[in-house]
Amino acid sequence: MDDVLEQAPHGDKSGGRPAGSTDYAIEARGLVKRFGGTLAVNGVDITVPRGAIYGILGPNGAGKTTTLRMILGIIDPDEGIRRIFGEDRPQRIARRIGYLPEERGLYPAMKATEAIAFMGSLRGLPQAEGRRRGAELMEEYGLGHAVDKKIKELSKGMAQTVQLLGTLVHRPELVILDEPFSGLDAINQGKLEGLIRQLAADGTTVIFSTHVIHHAERLCSDVAIIAGGKVPYAGSVEVARDRLPPQVRLETRNEDGPWRAALPTSATRDGEAWVFELPESGIEPLLRSLIEGNAGIRSLSIERAGLHDAFVTIAGEAAAKAMEANAPAQETLA
Amino acid sequence: MSDTSRLSLWQAAYVIARRDFSAIVFSKVFLLFLIGPLFFLAIMAGGGAIGGMAASGISEPTLGVAMSRQDNAAVGRAAGTLDPLVGMPDLTIIDGEDTTAPQTLLDDEDRDLFAVLTGTLQDPVLTGPENEIERWEGEVAMMVGAARGEAIPQAAITTRLTDGGIITRQTAQDATARAGILLLFMLTMFLAGMILSNLVEEKGNKIIEILAAAIPMDAVFVGKLFAMLGVSLVGLTVWGAAAGAILYLGASALPPIPPPAVGWPLFFGLFVIYFSMSYLLIGSVFITIGSMAPTVREVQTISLPATIMNLMVFFVSMFALSRPGSAIEIAAALFPLSSPYMMLARAAQDGVLWWHLAAIAWQVLWVAIFVKVGAGLFRRQVLKSGSAGREKKSKRRKSPA
Repeated sequence: MDDVLEQAPHGDKSGGRPAGSTDYAIEARGLVKRFGGTLAVNGVDITVPRGAIYGILGPNGAGKTTTLRMILGIIDPDEGIRRIFGEDRPQRIARRIGYLPEERGLYPAMKATEAIAFMGSLRGLPQAEGRRRGAELMEEYGLGHAVDKKIKELSKGMAQTVQLLGTLVHRPELVILDEPFSGLDAINQGKLEGLIRQLAADGTTVIFSTHVIHHAERLCSDVAIIAGGKVPYAGSVEVARDRLPPQVRLETRNEDGPWRAALPTSATRDGEAWVFELPESGIEPLLRSLIEGNAGIRSLSIERAGLHDAFVTIAGEAAAKAMEANAPAQETLA
Repeated sequence: MSDTSRLSLWQAAYVIARRDFSAIVFSKVFLLFLIGPLFFLAIMAGGGAIGGMAASGISEPTLGVAMSRQDNAAVGRAAGTLDPLVGMPDLTIIDGEDTTAPQTLLDDEDRDLFAVLTGTLQDPVLTGPENEIERWEGEVAMMVGAARGEAIPQAAITTRLTDGGIITRQTAQDATARAGILLLFMLTMFLAGMILSNLVEEKGNKIIEILAAAIPMDAVFVGKLFAMLGVSLVGLTVWGAAAGAILYLGASALPPIPPPAVGWPLFFGLFVIYFSMSYLLIGSVFITIGSMAPTVREVQTISLPATIMNLMVFFVSMFALSRPGSAIEIAAALFPLSSPYMMLARAAQDGVLWWHLAAIAWQVLWVAIFVKVGAGLFRRQVLKSGSAGREKKSKRRKSPA
C-alpha cells in the first residue's frame, strides 16, 4: 500500500491556513498509536470542515475506532496532534461534542428518558432539562410510547436509537458516530441516514466511521479511507470517484463486424453488454466508429466510477474484500 | 467555567455518584442488602435470649446432704451463714431415706447430685467423683466445722471502692480498641467488596467509553468511590440504629463496655471518619482491580492478594495496638491501609486529638494518590482498540486447539 498520504485538491482545505485553524471542526496530523508492539495507527491525517458529513471508511481492524478515540481525547496519541474546533485537548470542550461509541452501552435498569438525561448531564445539561428534551426527542423519533420504559424492556434497535438521542440531547456542534449503522435493520438505517442529513442541514458537523461504502457514498461530502492504520486517501468523495475513468457500457444488435475494431483491447463482456473505460479521445470518435462500423447500437451509457471502485483502487483489493466480508448482507444491499 | 467547556472533576464526580447512589439505594436488591445483617443481628439477639431462657431452666447439680435430720439442719444453717463469705455449693437435704448407699443417690437422675455427704457431723463422709471431691472438699470441711459450732476465723475489714487503677483502665481501653479495629475491618471488607463488581458491571454495560469521552476518568473513579461510600454509610446508619436499639433494650444483660480515652461521642465520630478513609483506600485498590478485570470471576481471582494483604494489615494492627509508641505501632499508623485501624485504636487508648487531624490529612492524600494511579491504569488497560482486538480474541477462542 502507498505510504504517502494522498490529499486530494478538494480535500486539502488547509490552503495555507495556520495550524489550529478553527475553520475545521477536526484537524488531525500525523497521529500514531502503538499498543505494546502493535502499531494500531500509523500517521493518520484528517481534516474535517465545519458543517460537513465526513466518513471514515475502512475494514474492521483498520484503526478507525482508535483514530476516533485519539481525536476525542479518550486516549492520547504517541505522536501527532489533533484539534477539535482548534482545541488540542478535546475533552475541554466536551459540551460541544456528541459521541456514539461502537460498543453501545446503557444502564439496563434506567428508564429511557433518564438514560438520555444522564448522557446529557455528562455533557453539562441539567438533568431536568435533559429529561424534558429526552421525552421530546423520543416523541419526534417515534419512541413516544417507550418514554417510561426501562432500557432492558426495549428492543435492540430502540435501545440504539435511545443512545443516539442521548448523544444529541445537549445539541452538540460536532457529532462523532463510530459504526452507527451497525446492528440496525434497513428501516432504521434509512432513518439514521435522514437524521444525519438533518443534523448537517442544521449546521452540525457529523463524522462517522463505517465499513459499508454505500452509507458513505450516499451521505458524505468527504471521506478518509483507512486501511492498516494508514490513510491513503482523505478528501472529497467526488475527487475520489474521479480518480477512475468513467466506464462505457455498450449493447449492440450485431455480434460482430468492423465496429469491433473501435473497442479497446481491455473491453470485457458483462452479459449482453461490453464494458470498457472511456477512451481518452472521448465519446464522439467512439460513437462515430461504432456507427460507421455498423454496430447497431441498442444502448450506450457512460457511468462514473463508484466510491467502491475508488476504494479498491486506493486501498487495494484485499482491503475491499475485508470490507465486503465484514458488511452484513442487509447493509451491503442498502 | 465557560458554557462550552466540560464539567469540572467534582461536578462530573457528582453526576456519576448521583447515578450510582440512586441506582443502588432505590433498587430492590438494596433492601435485601440492608435486611441481611438485620436478620443476623435478630438471630444473634434471639439466640442469646433463647440461650438465657434455656440456661435459666436448667438446674445445676447440687451436693446431697444425707445425715440425720438434726445434722442435716445444722449443715443447712452453716451453709447459709458461710455462702456470702466464701461461696458454698447448693445443697439438697435428704431426710428420712437410706443413707448407707450414697452411690445409689448419685445414680438417681432425678436428684442430679454431684456428691453426697453422709455419716455424722463428727464423722462425715463425702462421696463423689474425684474432680468434684477435689473441688469442694475444703468448703464441705468448713461447712461441717461450722455446723459443729466450731469458730470460723474472721477479721472485720473496711472496704473502699475505686475505678480499678491504671492497669485495669489500659486493659479495658485495649479491649475497646480491639473491638473497634475488628468492627472497622469487618465492615470495610464486607462493604468494599461491593465496589469490586461495580466497575465490572459498568464495563459489561459498555458505558465506560461514553463516560471516558465526556468527563475525566478520575471523576468516574471518585464518583464511584463516593457513591459506594454513601451507600455504605446508609447501611451503617440502619444497622447502627438497629444494633443501638438492641443494646439499649438489653443493656442490663450486657457487661459494661470500657469507655474510650476520647469519650464515646468523639469515638463514634472518629469511627465514621476512619471507616470512610479505610473504605476509600481499600475501595480505590479494589476499583483499580475491577477496572483491569473483564469478568467477576477474574476480579475475584486478582482481588485475592489485595484481600490477603488487608487481612495481614488487620493482624499487624491488632498486634501493634498493645505496643503504643513502638516502631511497629508508628509504622502501622503511617502505612496508608493500616492507618485508619491504628488511629481508631489510639482514639480508644489515648485522648490526644491533633494526631487524628494529621492522620486524616495523610489518609486523604493517599486516597488521592490511589485514585490517580487507578485512573491511569484504567486508561491504559481498558480503552485500547475497537472491534479488531475483540475479533482476534473471539477467533482465538473458536480456533481448534
